[in-house]
Amino acid sequence: MGETTTPEQAPEPATDDASDPSPAPPREVARTIVRGFGEVLITLGVLLLLMCVYQLWWTNVTSAAAISVARDEITQGWRSAGPQPTGSSAAAVAPPVLGKGFALLYIPRMHDKVWGLPVLQGTTKSVLSQGAGHYADTAMPGQVGNFAIAAHRSSHDEPFAHIDDLVVGDKVYVETQTTWYVYTLTHDDPSLTPTDVWVVDPVPGKTGVTPTEKLITMTTCTPRYGSTGRWAWWGTLTATSPTTEAPPDGLDPAV
Amino acid sequence: MYAWLWRTLPGPTPVKALEALALMLATVALLFTVVFPWVEPRLQFNDVTVDDGTTAPAVPPSPAPSST
Repeated sequence: MGETTTPEQAPEPATDDASDPSPAPPREVARTIVRGFGEVLITLGVLLLLMCVYQLWWTNVTSAAAISVARDEITQGWRSAGPQPTGSSAAAVAPPVLGKGFALLYIPRMHDKVWGLPVLQGTTKSVLSQGAGHYADTAMPGQVGNFAIAAHRSSHDEPFAHIDDLVVGDKVYVETQTTWYVYTLTHDDPSLTPTDVWVVDPVPGKTGVTPTEKLITMTTCTPRYGSTGRWAWWGTLTATSPTTEAPPDGLDPAV
Repeated sequence: MYAWLWRTLPGPTPVKALEALALMLATVALLFTVVFPWVEPRLQFNDVTVDDGTTAPAVPPSPAPSST
């Protein structure tokens, strides 16, 4: 029984051989780290790009559908509620539940985006993706005080995209179940800040003063694709008419 | 990361390519319908209201906060 070298006792490979399964040489590790870091950066870049596509395209698609649904809910609600008692005045209207649509907005100057635009109670993100939001603590249409609304200027179907087209004297029509309210725009301020809450006061710029006029305020962001500032337009009520009669003059999308 | 993913996908190369495409589309769908809608209100760059921070937050924690 002599000792023989068996095939299993072949000489071991050198420890610095690149095919050695245990510890990889530092250059391999470094290369993997750099490649991984690069992949992470590229992934983040793609995510950011997708976020932009989402904001500037997808939310327009989803909100256009949501606006249409909200508009139908409002008009169907009016039809099923039936004729309202005559003599019901704007002053008697109670604010609706948060999230509920209660009016339609028509602005001939911006008729491609604001024609029968739903106005819903509240200014949450959810509301603003279904139309214009009504600042819940402000007056209802036609009431003494300030009927203040907000809408997107970019994304979510951007109803106020062309707010820069508005000029003094432009008309804004608000249709509720019973009444057409026609506001005429008086002035704007494109250089406001996000905290200028006086803009939606009953008497804008004068806190604590009892209002006597019936105003409208429309706010949106500025610049168009940012929201570092706010743009507000103000107007006063110049005409009302019952919805049972013909629509008011000027309610014409062809400007 | 992506190399590992490619290696892990089963099947020959054309099949893997289709699977990779399906995964990408599924990821985009998930981002657009779940992730981005969740993230968006928590960013500030889309605000259109004037707010001094004392009123209800843009992302209400519970339905119908008392108002008016």
